[in-house]
Amino acid sequence: MLYLDHAATTPIRPRVWEEISALADRGWGNPTGFHASARAAKNALEEARERVAAVLGCRPLEVVFTGGGTESDNLAVKGAALAGGGRGGVVTTAVEHEAVLSSVRYLEDWGCPVTRVGVDRDGLVDPSEVTAAVNPQTAVVSVMAANNETGARQPVRKITEAVRDRPRCKALVHTDAVQAFISEELRVEDLGVDLMSLAAHKFGGPTGVGVLYVREGVALEPVTHGGGQELGRRSGTHHVLGAVGMARAMELASSDRERFHRDVSEARRRFESALLEKVPGLAIASRSTRTVQHSHLRFPGVANQTLLVRLDRLGLAASAGSSCQSGAAQVSHVLSAMGMSDPEARSSVRFSFGWTTRPSDGDLAAGLTLRALEGLL
Amino acid sequence: MSGGVDSSVAAAMMHREGHEVTGVTLKLWQGPDGEAPAHGCCTVSDSEDARRVAAGLDIPYYVFDYTDDFASAVVDPFVEAYRNGRTPNPCVECNRSIKFSILLEEADRLDCDLLVTGHYARVSREGGRWRLRRGVDPSKDQSYVLHMLGQRELARTRFPVGEMTKPETRRVAADLGLRNAHKRDSYEICFIADDYRRFIARRAPEAVRPGRIVDASRNRLGEHPGVVNFTVGQRRGLGVAVGEPRYVVELDPHTSTVVIGSARDLLTEAVEVEGVTWVDGAPPPESPTECLVQVRVHGQPVRALLAPLESGSDRWQVSFVEPQSSPAPGQMAVFYRGDRVLGGGTIDRLLK
Repeated sequence: MLYLDHAATTPIRPRVWEEISALADRGWGNPTGFHASARAAKNALEEARERVAAVLGCRPLEVVFTGGGTESDNLAVKGAALAGGGRGGVVTTAVEHEAVLSSVRYLEDWGCPVTRVGVDRDGLVDPSEVTAAVNPQTAVVSVMAANNETGARQPVRKITEAVRDRPRCKALVHTDAVQAFISEELRVEDLGVDLMSLAAHKFGGPTGVGVLYVREGVALEPVTHGGGQELGRRSGTHHVLGAVGMARAMELASSDRERFHRDVSEARRRFESALLEKVPGLAIASRSTRTVQHSHLRFPGVANQTLLVRLDRLGLAASAGSSCQSGAAQVSHVLSAMGMSDPEARSSVRFSFGWTTRPSDGDLAAGLTLRALEGLL
Repeated sequence: MSGGVDSSVAAAMMHREGHEVTGVTLKLWQGPDGEAPAHGCCTVSDSEDARRVAAGLDIPYYVFDYTDDFASAVVDPFVEAYRNGRTPNPCVECNRSIKFSILLEEADRLDCDLLVTGHYARVSREGGRWRLRRGVDPSKDQSYVLHMLGQRELARTRFPVGEMTKPETRRVAADLGLRNAHKRDSYEICFIADDYRRFIARRAPEAVRPGRIVDASRNRLGEHPGVVNFTVGQRRGLGVAVGEPRYVVELDPHTSTVVIGSARDLLTEAVEVEGVTWVDGAPPPESPTECLVQVRVHGQPVRALLAPLESGSDRWQVSFVEPQSSPAPGQMAVFYRGDRVLGGGTIDRLLK
């Protein structure tokens, strides 16, 4: 099988497994307890927090462990908008992940003023449009670091600076970096953000664990209430093994990034150049601005549903970019926001490369895709 | 695979016969926010049932999204029919436009030789022609809603459970260890969660205009909340107290008038049928054609003569040998010879 759906989730790295298994018989305790097994778990948890902080270039207490990327996004956006009992404004983009967009719709229902900034045909936000939408009532600006479907990278640093320069504005800046982390070095000081979401399973850690970076001094309204873990910002018994797995996966992803870029960009180059030669009208989304691992392709006149079934039969796993809970391919809000028509969106397939990809996988993928396209072009 | 027992058994039987089977659930309907309905078909729990059955058979399984096609080919015409005082059959349109059209074309592109469903009907080949026949179980027969299938479709279609009675199907399901062997049958219109009248009221408010109930001489007998509440032939729920049993004999959506009358007033000699198709691709050579006609989903077939209104037209007149209680315009008239489907079309007009 050739797995090219790494943007959905990617295999757990063997050394992450090793570390989780090694801890399994002594890290299972509840870190908030009074006794030795609690202390063991607490030590493992806090060490994981320090390791995450070291990778992000922040302080350990700025790292909040969550249940994953969606929860991190919810806490960031809702937590910032509703902080201090307010109904602060939200500025975001039309291409965010559903975790952000649904949170924003929820806030809108609760009376928060919301602005959604559009994107150009490459899926890029214009920082000046974001700043123009920010006013003194704006509580949070949420712009993703890289899009989950196309890989388009937003100018987060520029947006942060522009928002900071707005007079009388004290909006927090959040970035959903769930897709970006595996290929981009994300140091919070470089980005200048106040909040950043990460999910372990996108870069070789387990599912069910994520991080929200929360700059020191930033107050958030919690979205889960309970025992007050994570300084009251995220109640719920800690997923210690997950946190340790996440810390390890972040270290590995960071140290492996150079090789990742080399192998993945070569695999993608081979894949796309072979297809560009053979598929008339093949279009690459966000070509000049995307991450190294995304390859979102439009095959004119080919229904993505048909192509995905044929690819699956040939053992190549790809995705329509957007799917409902049943798994059916749907027209994505991202492609619509980029000005793509429904039929164009329905002929698009996302291939996403990952840490297990070798350069030769690009040739293999191109061969399988061309076979799957036989009779359809 | 709807997640029900019939399509599950159909898939399992083909698999057992050694075919390379791919399971597909059609997502045909969604609420305004993209969610699946809480019940009816296409619910999350139904597609999960189908997925689990496919996993048990170890066959690939996919959900195909045809919500846009379903809305334009099935739901919009359904609403339009009620707006025109008709009683539509959405299953027929779904079979015609979705399952045996779009899905069959997709099956071609996926190099599948056959489209298999859990319908109760039989496909056979006799004298070089494909035949469509009633299912073995008369209480489950679905040939009525499949009458539009022609040679091209039948050549590519199989209905394994059509050869069995429903209890036999359930037994096979249990023998195969299918998890849904005892799941209840569905009878509702799949895309309507509550009441079809409320659905129409939301989408075509003008079809729910109050109006008058009158007798054949147009004497006013009462009021009604909208013609959408009535079907020609309906007896109950008229809200008019008269001595002998009364029936809806006519609906006029333009003036929002419901005409009621006696059982005698309801009798009709003939109906005009539009959009007639033939399983053989052409009508039988002899004209007029004598055959059996079924004008309701669960109705009894009756003897009738068929003649085209013009030569070569797809509008046909169906003249009953004995006058019949009026069928509802919008329903199908399906022509049979014995248990074999000849063809059929949509009832457009009653000829009294």
